[in-house]
Amino acid sequence: MSFNREQLLRAYRQMCTIRVFEDRAHAEIMNGQIAGFTHLYAGQEANAVGVCEHLGAGDTIISTHRGHGHCIAKGADVIGMMKELWGSSEGLCKGKGGSMHIADIDQGILGANGIVAGGPPISVGAALAAKIRGRDSVAISFSGDGSVNQGTCFEAMNLAVVLKVPAIFVIENNYYSEHTSINYAVGCKDLKARTEAFGFPVFVADGSDFFAVYEAAGKAIAHARAGNGPAGVFCEMGRFHGHFVGDPEGYRGPGEVKRLRQDFCCLKKFRARMEQTGELAVAELDDIDAAVNVLIDEAVLAARAARRPVAAEVATDVYVNY
Amino acid sequence: MPKKTMRDAINEALHQAMAADERVFVIGEDVAGGNGSNGRIGCAGGVFGVTTGLYEKFGPLRCIDTPISESAIVGAAAGAALVGLRPVAEIMFADFIGVCMDQIVNQIGKFRYMFGGKSKCPLVIRFTTGGGFSAAAQHSQSMYQVMTAFPGLKVVVPSNAYDAKGLLLAAIADDDPVLFFEPKALYQVACEVPDEYYTIPLGQAAMPREGDDVTVVAFGQMVGRAAQAIDELEAELGITCDLIDPRSTSPLDEETILESVRATGRLVVVDESPPRCGLTADVAAMAAERVFHSLKAPVKQVCAPHSPVPFSPELEAAYLPSVERIKAAIRETAA
Repeated sequence: MSFNREQLLRAYRQMCTIRVFEDRAHAEIMNGQIAGFTHLYAGQEANAVGVCEHLGAGDTIISTHRGHGHCIAKGADVIGMMKELWGSSEGLCKGKGGSMHIADIDQGILGANGIVAGGPPISVGAALAAKIRGRDSVAISFSGDGSVNQGTCFEAMNLAVVLKVPAIFVIENNYYSEHTSINYAVGCKDLKARTEAFGFPVFVADGSDFFAVYEAAGKAIAHARAGNGPAGVFCEMGRFHGHFVGDPEGYRGPGEVKRLRQDFCCLKKFRARMEQTGELAVAELDDIDAAVNVLIDEAVLAARAARRPVAAEVATDVYVNY
Repeated sequence: MPKKTMRDAINEALHQAMAADERVFVIGEDVAGGNGSNGRIGCAGGVFGVTTGLYEKFGPLRCIDTPISESAIVGAAAGAALVGLRPVAEIMFADFIGVCMDQIVNQIGKFRYMFGGKSKCPLVIRFTTGGGFSAAAQHSQSMYQVMTAFPGLKVVVPSNAYDAKGLLLAAIADDDPVLFFEPKALYQVACEVPDEYYTIPLGQAAMPREGDDVTVVAFGQMVGRAAQAIDELEAELGITCDLIDPRSTSPLDEETILESVRATGRLVVVDESPPRCGLTADVAAMAAERVFHSLKAPVKQVCAPHSPVPFSPELEAAYLPSVERIKAAIRETAA
């Protein structure tokens, strides 16, 4: 699979934006600047970007409680996202949704979702709409290894096969549903075989490697766009942070996160490959790092200065005001 | 008497119930935590730490972690209850009732009646409930009001650590299914709680304040706010109130409420749920129907607006009934 320079620069920039956004969100939460429950995606950036780099304006994604990365990868405005985390009325959802419910329907982002496996059935509906309208767009649902044990996930997978719709189930295995390992929570030894038994192909990728995810997602999306019905993508990669910010992470083994950060960082891997192939220069990647840091600094400053909501806004965007 | 937080009081109740009766076990997501990992099993003890230590004390057959599968958790607990065990299931956030509604409403709530009284389903399901954490629309709802509408389910919502312990022990000892809603904003709030085992009967209200002018009925997290409003009004204006904390919404202690309204002639009902088809409307209707001639003023409801729970801290503060709003309602009623 070959990439031109623009594609490579863009992919790195997207992953870098997610990383810096998440690490900055972490710092601001620890400083007490952001309220609520926040679930960070740092470490898993290659999954979102490897999938979303295949998507166009007509395609949709639906996300999870750990949704910042998916939203950025699909093109959400990071300043609007940061304002949303701050609870500002200038945020992408006017401060009403917060971290767990960032959405941008115009960008094809059908929302982060606070209910595990709440997204897959909805994504089947978006795929069904594409089929009914005769369009070649696809609908992506991102969900975690925890989601695969929910009835809604099973129902969505089966319905997608029955209706033969272009739904792509991207299952991101970060090894833990909250504090419980996939080794315990998924009873069978072969989740790929269990999923394929629904009747669609599943493509597996190292979730720390952008190129591997891009290739697997490409196969799944091509399958669905060609009218062959749903497909699955399994990405395996741990998260750098806890389940939520503040999680004491007692389920981690010694040195686990350090090892993830050292040996399985998608940004480091991307840089190593560029150094090896010479496709991009180190300085170009450094420039992206610097530009992204400036962007995220701007986003935080904008979020701090953004308009705070007033009480009357509680009863807007709903059909009554009592 | 020792002071304990609501989290510790509930944890103590679980320890005591499990020690007293080997049929009692807990089941849910991360009630132990760490299963299958390279870390420590028991590291979570529930996402709010309420089941801490149960795995270490009672082992994997009585502190059972599950996949994220709410319907299966409730169903498995119900099946175990039907055949004679006494499970305490945890569904973490009450909002997730949406995922397992059939098992709760169509299954466990109807067994005893549909089966002609021949079955028992001694099951407790614990949930965290309510706002105050900026946890947004899918992690902040007060689902006890909805569940109160279903016959066959008992519904409990404690307002303090002492009640939480006694009510949970009563719920576990009860032969009917009990939904137990723990206001997450109160987990860290402490009061005096005896060390020993005790129960508080379901369907028996508490009256943490007694007065002459107005009856205030409040639920869960709102009891503390109502008490503060009442104390401030007594100091500022000399208005005194009965404050009734029903503690269980099903069964509801109707008589304590009606008796108080007969005496005061004025009623304010406070809850953090939205207004339509709600608990506050239900209590208001009961008063209008049964003690209408005792009423000296229109009944006031203080509740959330008819909207989902917003994320932004300012919006959530405006959403939840405040001490000021409760005071204003009492003042208007008493005027």
